[in-house]
Formats: sequence, C-alpha cells, structure tokens
Amino acid sequence: MGGQNRGLGSSNGGECEGCRRLKARFLVLCVLSGFVGSIGVFWGLGSYGCRGRDLWEERAQVLVEQSNLSKNQLQALVLLLSSSERTFAQCMEKSRASHDTYRAEGGSLSCIREAICFEGKRRRGQQDCVRDEIVRVGHCAVQNEHILVNPVPSLPKNEYMIDTSQQNFVSSPVQNDITLLKAKKLINTAKEHQKLLSKILWWILLGLLVLFGLGELSKSSYKQNHQQKHLQLQNSKSGGKWMKKILYMGVFLGVLVSVWIFVSMNANIIERRTETLANMCDERARMLQDQFNVSMNHVHAMAILISTFHHGKNPSAIDQVLHSQRELFEQQHGWKIKKMETEDHSPVQDDYNPEKLNPSPIQDEYAPVIFSQETVSHIVSIDMMSGKEDHDNILRARSTGKGVLTSPFKLLKSNHLGVVLTFAVYNSDLPPNAIPQERIEATVGYLGASFDVPSLVDKLLQQLASKQTIVVNLYDTTNSSSPIKMYGPDVSKSSGFHISHVDFGDPLRKHEMHCRFKNEPPLPWTAITTSIGVAVIVLLVGHIFYAALNRIEKVEDDYREMRELKVRAEAADVAKSQFLATVSHEIRTPMNGVLGMLQMLLDTELDATQQDFAVTAQQSGKALITLINEVLDQAKIESGRLELEAVPFDVRDVLDNVLSLFSDKSQVKGIELAVYVSDQVPEVLIGDPGRFRQILTNLIGNSVKFTEEGHIFVSVHLVGEVKISNNITSPISHENAEVRTNCRDKSYNTLSGFQVVDRRRNLENFRMFKSTTEPSDSVNLLVTVEDTGVGIPEDAQSRIFTPFMQADSSTSRTYGGTGIGLSISKCLVDLMGGEIGFVSKPGVGSTFFFTAVFTEGKKNSGDMKRYHFDATLSDFWGMRALVVDGRRVRAEISKYHLQRLGIQADIATDPKAALSAIFEASSLSGTSKLDMVLVDKEAWGEGSGLAFPSHLTDLRRNGSTIKPRQSTPKLFLLATSLSLTEIDELKSAGYIDCIRKPLRLSMMAVCLRKALGVGIKRQQVRGQPLALQSLLKEKQILVVDDNAVNRRVAAAALKKYGAIVTCVASGKEAIVMLQPRHKFDACFMDVQMPEMDGFEATRQIRSCEKKINELIEREVSMDNGDVTHWHTPILAMTADVIQATHDECLRCGMDGYVSKPFEEEQLYSAVARFFESDAVDPTF
Amino acid sequence: MLGLDAARLEADMNRLMAQLFHQGVLDEQFMQLQQLQDDSSPNFVLEVISIYFRESEKMLTNLRHQLADKEVTDYTKIGVHLNHLMGSSSSIGANRITTVCIALRAASEQCSWARCLRCLEVLEHEYCYLKARLHELFQMEQQRVIAAGVRYRPQLA
Repeated sequence: MGGQNRGLGSSNGGECEGCRRLKARFLVLCVLSGFVGSIGVFWGLGSYGCRGRDLWEERAQVLVEQSNLSKNQLQALVLLLSSSERTFAQCMEKSRASHDTYRAEGGSLSCIREAICFEGKRRRGQQDCVRDEIVRVGHCAVQNEHILVNPVPSLPKNEYMIDTSQQNFVSSPVQNDITLLKAKKLINTAKEHQKLLSKILWWILLGLLVLFGLGELSKSSYKQNHQQKHLQLQNSKSGGKWMKKILYMGVFLGVLVSVWIFVSMNANIIERRTETLANMCDERARMLQDQFNVSMNHVHAMAILISTFHHGKNPSAIDQVLHSQRELFEQQHGWKIKKMETEDHSPVQDDYNPEKLNPSPIQDEYAPVIFSQETVSHIVSIDMMSGKEDHDNILRARSTGKGVLTSPFKLLKSNHLGVVLTFAVYNSDLPPNAIPQERIEATVGYLGASFDVPSLVDKLLQQLASKQTIVVNLYDTTNSSSPIKMYGPDVSKSSGFHISHVDFGDPLRKHEMHCRFKNEPPLPWTAITTSIGVAVIVLLVGHIFYAALNRIEKVEDDYREMRELKVRAEAADVAKSQFLATVSHEIRTPMNGVLGMLQMLLDTELDATQQDFAVTAQQSGKALITLINEVLDQAKIESGRLELEAVPFDVRDVLDNVLSLFSDKSQVKGIELAVYVSDQVPEVLIGDPGRFRQILTNLIGNSVKFTEEGHIFVSVHLVGEVKISNNITSPISHENAEVRTNCRDKSYNTLSGFQVVDRRRNLENFRMFKSTTEPSDSVNLLVTVEDTGVGIPEDAQSRIFTPFMQADSSTSRTYGGTGIGLSISKCLVDLMGGEIGFVSKPGVGSTFFFTAVFTEGKKNSGDMKRYHFDATLSDFWGMRALVVDGRRVRAEISKYHLQRLGIQADIATDPKAALSAIFEASSLSGTSKLDMVLVDKEAWGEGSGLAFPSHLTDLRRNGSTIKPRQSTPKLFLLATSLSLTEIDELKSAGYIDCIRKPLRLSMMAVCLRKALGVGIKRQQVRGQPLALQSLLKEKQILVVDDNAVNRRVAAAALKKYGAIVTCVASGKEAIVMLQPRHKFDACFMDVQMPEMDGFEATRQIRSCEKKINELIEREVSMDNGDVTHWHTPILAMTADVIQATHDECLRCGMDGYVSKPFEEEQLYSAVARFFESDAVDPTF
Repeated sequence: MLGLDAARLEADMNRLMAQLFHQGVLDEQFMQLQQLQDDSSPNFVLEVISIYFRESEKMLTNLRHQLADKEVTDYTKIGVHLNHLMGSSSSIGANRITTVCIALRAASEQCSWARCLRCLEVLEHEYCYLKARLHELFQMEQQRVIAAGVRYRPQLA
C-alpha cells in the first residue's frame, strides 16, 4: 500500500509538473503574442505618422510653387505693362536691372520658402525674413514707379497694389502656417491614437495576466481544498465550470475588443481621409482663389495704369464710346464697331473670324475692344456691349467701381467655358464714397479680362502634379438651385465629396469647388490586420486556457478517481487487516479449544498409538497457531502498521531467553548451541526487544531445524568492532582464522570443529561497513547466527527472503515450516535500520548475519524489561574460575558467561597448562584462589573431558605438593548431552556437577549456586501440569476482572492448580489490594474493564511500587524481610491476541499475558517466568 | 419424577448436551467449565451459569435501553456492554451468543442502528433459547442427582 501511495504521489507530482510547464508555456505565449501584437500596432501607427509627414511636405511644396507662381504673375504683369505701353519700354529696360535683382531675390525667396518647409520650428523668424524681403520688393517697385511717373498722384495706388501683393504674400505664409498647424494636429492625433491603442493593448495584456493569475490562484486554492476535504470536490467542479464561463466571457470580450479596435481604427481612417480630402479641396480652392485674386489685381492695376495714362485724352483711348462719338471713333481706329454674334454663341466655331462679324447695330453707347493681348487680338473692334453677359457686366462694373464677373459662358473662338472680369476705368478721381451715378458718368472705358477656367484650373492642378487621386469640380452657384459647372468631369451623384467655397472677389457671384477622391477608399488593412491579430491572439489564448482547463478537469477527474481507488484500497486494506484480526481470533478460539482438549486428552490414560496421534494433532495445532501469528505479523509489516518500540532492554538477557527456547531441541539433537556477546556491546540498549527476539528466534529456529550435527553459534558484536578487527585475528572471530588442521583429526577452529562458511566477503557489502562515520549515540549491532547445517542450495539463495518461499519444495516436507519467518525477519531488520544477509554452502552450513541500530540506554533504568529477575548475581563476585577447553572459541564463550556472573575466568587450552594452573592456584590463598574449574566434555576430543579429573587426581596422588582437600577447586563438566552412564561416571570421575549447554546466565547461576552452596536453592520438578501445579501451589493470586463469569472461571481454573485466589471486580480495587506489603505473588488483570482498564491500573500499581522501592532504598536499614524490591508480576488477561495488545501490555509495565480462557501451557510459560528463577534443571 | 431412572436422565442430559453442541449453541469452553467443577465446588457450573444469566440479563436490558431511541444511541457504550457480554459468553462457552455479539459489535462499529436492532433481536432470541436449554439441563441434572442419590460428578468429558 505504501508503495502504491508513493506511486500515486509521484504521478500526482508529475501531473503538477506538467501543469506547471503548460502554464509557463502559456505565459511565454501570452507575452510573446502581446509583444508581437504591440509591435504590429506600433508599426501600423508609425506608417500613419509617416503618411501625415508626407502630406505636410507635399503641402510645403505646393506653397513653394504657389509663391513661384505669384512671382511669375508679377513678371507677366510687367510684361503686359511693357507691351501695352511702348513708350515706357525704355523705362522698363531701365528697370530690368532692378527687376533682375528682384528675380534673384524672388529666387532667394523661394529658397527661403523651401527652408520654411523643412524647418518648421524656425518658421516664425523666417517669416519675418520673408516680410523683409517683400518690403524690399515693394521698395524696388516704388523706385521703378518713381522713375516711371513723375507726377505722383498714383503713388499711393501703386503702393496699394504692392500692399495687396504683400498681403497676398503675407497671407500665404499665414495659410502655410495654418496648414502646418493642421498637419501637426493631424500628426498629433495620429500619435494620440497610437498611444491610445498601445494603452489598450497593454491593458489587454494586463487583463490576460490578471485572469491568468486569478486562474492560478483559484486553482491552487482549490487544490489545497482538495487535499483537505473530499467534500469540496463538488465545489471545485463547479469552480471549474465557473472558470470556463469566465473563459468564454473573456474570449467573447476579446473578440468584442478586436471588433471595437477594427471599428475605431476604420472610423479613424475614414475621418482622416475626409480630413485629407477637405484639406486638399480647401487648398485647391484657395489656390484658385488666390490666382484669381492675383489676376484681378493685375486687371485692377492695369485699369489704374490706363486711367492714369489716358488721363485728359479725349476721346478716351479706351473703349467707352458713346453713339455720338462712334463715327469719330471708327474713323480714328479704321474699323467698324462690330457686334458679338449672340446667335452663334453656343456652337463651337473653330474658324472664328472677326472680319465676318456684322457691324454693331446702333446703340446708345458702345464698348468696342480697342486693345487686346496678342492671344486674343481677334476680339479687337467687337463691341462688348453687344454680348448680353458682357453688357450686364460692363454696366455693373461701371456702377460699382469694382471688378465684376460674368457667369460662366463659352468664350469666343476658343469656345472654352470661361468668365470675364470687367473693370471700369474712370476718367477722373472719384471720391471714395461716389454714388453709382457719379461713377457711370466718370467712366471712360472698360478693362476686361477673360478667364479660361478649365485651363486655369488645369494649370493649377498640374502644379499639384502628384494629386492624381483627387477629382475637382468647380461650380458657379450664384443660382443655388441650378449650379453651373465650370470645370471638371461629369460627376455621377456620389456622396464622398467635399465642398469648398471659392471667392473670386465678386460678391454677387458664388462659386464652389467640389472635390472627391478618384478611387474608392482602399480597404483599411491596418485595422483589419490589427483587429484580426488581436482576435487571433485572444482566440489562441482562449484556446490555450480552454485546453488547460480541460486538462485540469481531466487531471482532477483522474485524481478523484485515484482518490476513490485509494479510499477503496485503503478500505480493502483495513478490511484485510480486520479480517485477519477477526479470523485469527476466530481461528484461535476453536484452536484453543482443540489444543486444550488435546492437552486434556494427553493427560488421560492413553495407549502409545493414541498418545502419538494426540501429540501429533497437538503439534499441528500449535504449528497452525504459530503460522496464524506469523501471517498476522507479515500482514502488519506489509501494511506498515508495525511500529517498533523503544524500550531499554538487555541484549544478553534476550539472547539467553531465546537460547533457553531452543535448549531442549539442541540437547536432543546433540548440537552445540552457544551465544557470545562482545563485551563492547553496552549492557542496556534501547530498542524493541520483542522484535529483536523474534528475528533471533526465526534465525536460530531455522538453524536448529536444519542442523543435525555440529554447532549453532550466535555472536553479537558492534559493527565498528568487527570493522576494526577485520584483519586481526581476535580469539572469538574464529572465522578469520585460517583453517587449521589438527594433527590428530581434520578439524576446524570452530565451536564444534566443523567447517563453517566464511562470511567476511559478504559483510563488506553491508551499508554499515561501507560508511566510515556513524552517529555517536547509536549502537550498531552485528548479529551472526552460524550453523553447520545442510546449507541452502545455490539456486534457492536468491529467493530465501521472499514470503512463503522455501529453499526447496521438499524442504517443507522434510523440515516443515512455511518459509514466512525469514521474510518477516528481513522486514523487521529493515525496520530496525539494518540489513540482513547470509552465506551458505550446501553441505557445509549457513551463516546468517544482520545488523540493527539501537541506542545506548542507561544502566539502572527501573522499568527495564527483563526475562529474569535475579538480584543474587552478586553472590559470585570475586570468584575465580579456570576454563579448560581445547577449543579456544568454546572456552571464550564459557569465559564470557562466567564473566557475566562476575567470576574472573582464565583459559587453559591444553591439559598440562590446565593442571599447572590448578596447582599453581591452589597453592595461593585469598582472592587469587581458584574456586572452580570448568572442563568441556569434549575438550580435546570425544570423552577427553570426562577423563580430565583423573589426570588431576593422578598428579595429586603422585605430586609432592598435596594440598588440603578443601582448597581444591570444584570441577564442573560442560556438556550438551549426557547419557545416563555418563552421569554415573561424572560423580566418580570427581566432578561436582554438570552444566548443560547451551549456557545461560540463569541456569549457570542456579547450577553454580547449588554446587557451591551459595544462596538459596530450590529444586523444582518439571512436567507441565504438575509443574504448573507446583509453580502455583500455595501462591496468592489476585484476579481482577469486572466480568463476574470470567472472574469465577479464572478463579476456578487457578484454584485447580492449587493457588489461593482472591477476586476483585475493578482496577481501583486491585490498586488498593496491591499496595505494597501485600501478600500476593501474582496478579491476573483483565485488560478491558470499565472505569479503569487493566493498563491504567497496572501503570498506577507500578508507580506506587516505584515510590515504595525508592523509600526502601533510602532506608536500607529498615527490616522488611526478604523482599527488597517490590515488583508484583501482573499478567494481562485478554481475549484479544493481536500483537498490538501484547505490546501495549508490556509498555504499561505488565509482565506477560495470557489469553482468555486460560490455556494451560501458555499459562505455564507466562507464570514460569516469575517463579523460574528458583527452578533448577530437572535433570538434577 | 422421583421414579425416573438416573441413567435415563443422564442419557437425556447427554443427548441435550450433544444437541446443543451440534447446534453450536455451546462449545468446548462449557466442557472446560464442567471440568473445573470438583468436590470443593460441587455446584460450580450452576453457580457460574446463574451469574452469567444475571449479568447477561443486565447487559441485554442495557443494550435494549441504548437502542431504544435511534437519536440517543451511544455506540461506544454498546461496545462496552457487548465486550462484557462477549467475555462472559465465551467464558461459559455460549458460542452462538458470542457469534451474534460479534455481529452486533460490527454493526455498532458502523453505527448502523437498524442492523444493531436486528442483531439485538437475534441476540435476545439466542439468549432465551440458551437459557431455556440450560435451565432444562440443570433441572435434569438436579433430578438425576436426586435420582442417583449421589453427588454429581462430571463424567461428560
């Protein structure tokens, strides 16, 4: 399950990582798209700006041309003047020089104008410059005039003319200014648009980021919630929907924004277009108007000139002719006054010949053309009064005194549409406020100028050569209902035109200029691309978010599914363990019945066969129970619910206890079973003794099972110790010693002389051996279990730690067992932070070794768990012993056990040394005297141990130094098994007693005590019902159970074994009863009790005892009998056999545990622990 | 009654016991209980069983009381009572009652009121059945003791 969890976790992690990567990609894409979009928009706007600048420059060009034009016109005027009056040719020639300078100046002027165009900032100053230039021009002209005309009445008029021109000139820079301003404004607006758009873009980006951030936040938040509560899954789901809605809304908004961008940009473009059109139209209209005005000024000037020159001539040289003067006039000029052909006005006549014209009919007055430009010389002698338009015009001009325009009509000969400007020339100075009548009377002639409108406009437009894009129409709108077209192509009615009013200086006439673009407006590509770009970005981002949301949803779904699966798996796991617990309990109950009955059956009179059957049945039942426990353990380890205790324990004590379990079997088989704990291993360790014991039991059990002869040797060392001594041959690490062939028989330097496998190489692979540093407070133990058994086949070695795998399917047939033990051991070792390994060689044996990490405990911790409570170990302090053994290893083990008892031991490996040591010691006295000699039964081979005392007695008999008998040390034989004859021989050979191997502290103590007469010894007979009876006989036992039935049954059962039972019904009563200085030898406590359960009661009893003990320790002198240490054995009674309960029992200070209802054997083994210290090996 | 043969009564008793064992009402523990009866405590089984019935009666009343109202049911208390009942039942070997107790405990662990109630009814039924049978048994035994004119000594094993 743990692995599954981890897998789930990691997959979750992977998803998360994927999500993160996806998000990062989003962000990058968002930023990138925003960047690209903004660049696009900037580019678009930049091109707009450029266009604006182009426009501006163009306009500047136009202005330059215009100024050139007016210059040219001035020139034309001069030409006209020169041609009209030859008498002033000389004068004009004189003026040419100055004129040239003027031209040059004009050139410079144009240069300056150009400068204006490109250096807008210095416009003002330069304008001043321009003004200066004009003034100079004016002066120049004045000088000219001065030379020309001596009488100076017209001087002011001249000045006026120059003034007007000046005004003209001045006005154009002003207008130029205005255009510049407009252009600037345009650029400004473009810039503003640009700014606005970029702002919008940034906002969109910001909004996207915020959205993204929000999404992230909500996602993470509901992920947290996810982890917290399963219930909120629904919420998160709705949250996901909500997110999607937001997404849709966001996409919709984005599309709207893009549409808006399109609309606004398009509107902007259209606006700009119309603005451009208006500008261009206005510009054209103004130019036309200017040109016209200039022309009008020329005419005006001419009129003044003429009137000046003709002043006083009679008849006037100009064309005002009264009928009375006609004859004279015609005579004078040599031609007849002719009439305009009004009938043939409209049809175009290319071969126009004024000679063919009829003479004018008789009228009051005539206005024949007497003087004309070369180009229009054909109109000389035609009476202008005869044309209707001209007639009106002349009359009007005469009365107003100003230039007057006709409505457009076909001009003579050229047949172009044109207008005629008419000026009246007066014969005398008129007062400024002359009435029309006075004017009419003062009129001496007329001055007419015909304007060929199409050519004029064409010329104008040609100056603006680049402007092919615009179509210009000029209308006379004096009659607003039916405008007369003066110029331009026929226009089908279209809406996109701009109207500019043109003032030609005649207030009666109104003219309009209509401009429109030649081409339809191009598609607003910028707007389209920008908006589509934005839309695409929005959609892409939306798509990405959508995909992400979908993915998140999917992952969530998966997660939910996984979660459900996990919950189910957990439930299944719980069910499994519950099932196991229940089943094991349910199986145990009937099994207890079966076993109990079998036990009872064995107690009855049975014949041999029946006995055999019953025993077999009982053993099978026991095996089944063990198996169930093991399976339960395995299940618990697998589910990771097995927790190790951390309680102080004595590792040597644990080993003794384990050894005692197998002592029977090893004795029966005749295998040497020995344990050695290095003296560097601390006395008290903190760890889980139960589990440590379990591992050892498994390993030793296996070894015992598979070993038929030889030895099983358990050694415990510190890892560091072994590491250091890896190459030093320490006495006990015999496996390092090279195989030594004995001279007598081929034997190895091992415990039993059998060959063992070498484990060194494998040990080096251990983690602990590799690491050089180890934490100071931890104790790393290396436990080796070495046997000389059948070994494990090579091919099975790889799967030896797999549950339910045995080396061989035949193994289970031969040796029994399930093969679960090693797998459990491995798990436990892993839990203890160690490693397990083995070396095995078929036919030679196996060595299992494992490491485990413990911490060092304090020595005198009161609540240390012990299997033996032996306060009388100090009996042997200060004694000396000699271990006589041919095998060093074995001797070291014996020495180790003696040292644990506080006996100082020496080793003698050959008989002579031993004998000399004995004699030497017996000669001494006091503390250095030898108290005991322990001889191994097989010290130098079969039976040599038994023969040893004879050497001694021989020596003693023969030797010169015969010592008193009492000072001779007591001889003990160490043997694994003894036959009856050997027991007989034992005494006769001179041995005091025999100590049965495996050596254990308690047993040795008992044996030595008995032999040496130290302490109190009590002999007990083993044999179970009897033993139980003997153990419990006359014992005061307190039974604590709230259940009256159970209480009664337990009491009856215990009474059966001779115990004196007292019953109480609650934990509180038990505490009262067990206040120290009570009579009880043991207490059976029910675990599950109302009010105060067994654990709590035990805890209280223990704390009470502790207090009393402290008190006793303080007042040592106080006489309280034999009992110096209060520790009432408390056994838990429970129907629950789960290990956890057991652990709990031990944790709260209970000594053991019996299942309800009582099982005789279990009861015995539990009870025996407290009373065993008195028990002696049954053989003696 | 006095005229009845002791041997016949014993046979009847054995038959009844066998029936109870066969039905699974009782198990080996009951036999162990009978084993514990000896001269020092001649009426041990009867004594224990009567204690058992007295205690169980209380437990059942408590359980019934606890399960009376769905709203105020305290499942932990039910668990305590059940443990008590189970402990004593397994001690005397009342197998079927123990089984039903386990079922009831499972139901109470899941806090399923309806299932608890159902189990309780079964439990009560089992209890009544056991009580009736054991009552019968003890009556027969007393009669047998009277008929035999000797003190009862368990020979059932």
